[in-house]
Amino acid sequence: MKMIENAAGRLVPDEINGHEAVPFKGVGKHRPSGRKYGPPLPTCIDYPGDNNKVVASLREALERCGLRDGMTVSTHHHLRDGDLVNNRIFDIAAEMGVKDLVWLPSASFPCNEPVIKYLEDGTINRIEGSMNGPLGRFVSEGRMKGTAVLRSHGGRVQAIQDGEVKIDIAVITAPAADSFGNAKGTGGPSATGVLGYAKADYLYADRVIVVTDNLVDLPCFPMEIEGNYVDCVVVVDKLGIPEKIVSGTTQITRSPDRLLIAELTAMFLEKSGLLYDGATMQAGAGGTSLAIAVFVHEMLKKKGWKLSFGFGGSTKYMVKMLEEGQMGYILDAQAFDLDAVRSVEENPNHIPYSVFNAYNYHSKGNLTTMMDIMILGATEIDTEFNGNVVTHSDGLMLHGIGGWQNCLHARNVILPVPLFRDRIPVIVDQVTTLCGPGELIDVIITERGIAINPRRQDLLDSVRGKGLPLVTVEELKEMAERICGKPEKAAFDDRVVAAIKWVDGTVIDSVRKVSR
Amino acid sequence: MEMKQAVTGNTGPKVRSDIEVTLESTASGGVELEIRSKVKTMYGNAIEKQCRDLLRYFGIENARMKVDDSGALPFVIAARVEAAVRALGRMPAPFLPEMIAENRYASERGRFRFSRLYLPGNNPGMFLNAGLHSPDGVILDLEDSVAPEKKDEARILVRNALRAVDFYGAERMVRINQGDRGLEDLDYVIPHNVHLVLIPKCESRESVMKIDERIGEIREREKIGRPVFLMPIIESAAGVEKAFEIATSSSSVVAMAIGLEDYTADLGVQRTKEGLESLYARNRLVVAAKAAGIQPIDSVFSDVADMEGLLDNVLRSKAMGFEGMGCIHPRQIAVIRKGFSPEPEETEKAKKIVLAFREARRRGLGVVALGSKMIDPPVVARAEKTIALAVRLGLLPENWEEQEPEE
Repeated sequence: MKMIENAAGRLVPDEINGHEAVPFKGVGKHRPSGRKYGPPLPTCIDYPGDNNKVVASLREALERCGLRDGMTVSTHHHLRDGDLVNNRIFDIAAEMGVKDLVWLPSASFPCNEPVIKYLEDGTINRIEGSMNGPLGRFVSEGRMKGTAVLRSHGGRVQAIQDGEVKIDIAVITAPAADSFGNAKGTGGPSATGVLGYAKADYLYADRVIVVTDNLVDLPCFPMEIEGNYVDCVVVVDKLGIPEKIVSGTTQITRSPDRLLIAELTAMFLEKSGLLYDGATMQAGAGGTSLAIAVFVHEMLKKKGWKLSFGFGGSTKYMVKMLEEGQMGYILDAQAFDLDAVRSVEENPNHIPYSVFNAYNYHSKGNLTTMMDIMILGATEIDTEFNGNVVTHSDGLMLHGIGGWQNCLHARNVILPVPLFRDRIPVIVDQVTTLCGPGELIDVIITERGIAINPRRQDLLDSVRGKGLPLVTVEELKEMAERICGKPEKAAFDDRVVAAIKWVDGTVIDSVRKVSR
Repeated sequence: MEMKQAVTGNTGPKVRSDIEVTLESTASGGVELEIRSKVKTMYGNAIEKQCRDLLRYFGIENARMKVDDSGALPFVIAARVEAAVRALGRMPAPFLPEMIAENRYASERGRFRFSRLYLPGNNPGMFLNAGLHSPDGVILDLEDSVAPEKKDEARILVRNALRAVDFYGAERMVRINQGDRGLEDLDYVIPHNVHLVLIPKCESRESVMKIDERIGEIREREKIGRPVFLMPIIESAAGVEKAFEIATSSSSVVAMAIGLEDYTADLGVQRTKEGLESLYARNRLVVAAKAAGIQPIDSVFSDVADMEGLLDNVLRSKAMGFEGMGCIHPRQIAVIRKGFSPEPEETEKAKKIVLAFREARRRGLGVVALGSKMIDPPVVARAEKTIALAVRLGLLPENWEEQEPEE
């Protein structure tokens, strides 16, 4: 393995976990050829004649699906921090004496901390997927055997579809399923609303296991997972802890400083003309994003305008816009709170829509490029507008990419962030880890000023002289350093602990082991 | 008395932007320094250098110092170390952080004091963004929001904040303690461009004069040309009875506030949202202030989640004649400002009255009429006040008359 400089000027390995890796070439420069990856041909005669695929236990299912050393096991994260199944897979693998697995979660959560023991004892070689909290720290300290591969939600679908990743067994936890394997995200004690992150897994895995705590009569309708792709169905007592799957209620931030940033963002959307009757918008479920949604909602009502659609993760604030008539449709990959789950169940204009269609590099077009307004966050942004979402300034990898990279392709990407957190500047000379190139990031909104990317002269012209606190990104950086002092860079060892993929499968940056 | 060990500052899971300093004097062995910090990777070396420089500055050659840092900015670190050195019984020259250029602005007697945001004087995390919320004033509070055992370190922290934190144009106010401690507070803060001092639990002309006198001495010593304004706070029955005397006790007094928590406690009654129990006190305070030509300022509204209740309260305050009120949360600022600003209809009506009056004057008429209604001189005076307020708030252009369409 050697390190090469990619088009963004970052040093990346030319080989990851024994596979050749393509360095980042620039936005929209990589055009792989070939055909989509296909799982092996099944035949229906190998499945029970009565189509009852229910087996006695998760272990039996994993055994039937041939779990063995070196396999790749995929899971989705709709149960979020309430997940009670995913860790069990590796308990069973360890009991079976299986080694060197690759875990491909669509995201992991603090509740997955117990798998650290399986990373230590060799049951799992590596995690390829977003990690936050304890798992990220474990990887940053260089304690995982293999190299982590971090992909965006769309990048995960791309890697599955072009065969960069081959899933041997997909374990799909489903809040409702029938004995044939049809499954959905609504109903039952562990309702998640939608199962948007499991689509690539069930279509492309060699073997598919559906796990449910709510076995319903056939057909489980409307099915998000089609039983024809499913090998086994497992019924367990409990998929997850409901209050940790969806929050009872998501809350807008109560921090006055975050509210100030949210207000400024809403004002920017109005004065720039980015908000108009019929606009499309996506904002996350963080406290600041929710506050922005609330301010935007008020503005829409005042003007009598309606967003044509919004893309979820959905929350009660989006649902409110839909129900009160300020949003035409919610297209939704995941529901964050109980109001959102209820809305998916009841409202035909609240439509499950997977990241498979929204974010995928191998799709014939993506939803994100249709979004007028995209509200995102970042741990660091540099004076070239490059963004970091996976590491902190101290070098520790503590977050996943989520859909962040994919969302950068929206028409107007706006990052409302504080200028500094405690003493740590958010606007820096150079990001610790490059996750998104600056050419895709248009506006940074802080409590101390708004910086517009000079590439967006049109946006600059649209807001000049309208009373907004416009500054340059360099001025923001200087302000932060004047208040906090100039931060020292984190020190790293040579060892690459994680590769950061771009949405097209190339390597945009690498994360190294932090020095002690 | 020489103490062996001193602990200053704050630490804990909820503490941000602060630092806890534990300092122990030793007989020999130089300075032993242990640093724990949430930002050690980025600022560990800077913190170590700052701590060692400070100890050298304070003349400490041998000590054991432990710091537990939650992202404190340099002005906070300096305040905490200085407080620890002083707590050990040393009396070194103070270490003053640089006075940033943005903090050199002046205030004026008649400026708006609609909203003034209370900032607990020993919580540095709340200082940094306070000015961004555009309050008319910020109050760095040394009195009730600071625990008795933290009083000494708070005044050093507030002093450093007055020099190092940008308050973005807000009037720079400090609420001092009562009695002799309050007089001592003045030595710490007055030299650092304090615009206004709030005098808590004020009950007599003499207490105001004492403070005014001490401020005069400090201004002379430090060659401070600018005035330092005073705002006594009436918080007791005895204070209410002396309201006019207090309001006229010194030409430095520009406003007088009422503190209803303490006032209702003094009366032994419950404080209600309607405020009937304090109606007399508030009326009397308004009348006394207006008679003295200063601004009457209402008490804080303590339910920070109830914005509608707050707006009702502000409108009632305005109707009674108050010209401002305190806030304890930045989100209250905009509501208070809106409440005290003239309503558009109010401004429109005032415009009509003023125009009719001027027209009548021009024509030499003794009686002013608007439609079928006669207008008395006080009505015109009130309308003039409303117009002046709207102009100063930027709700009306200064040349509004020229922009009126000809009838």
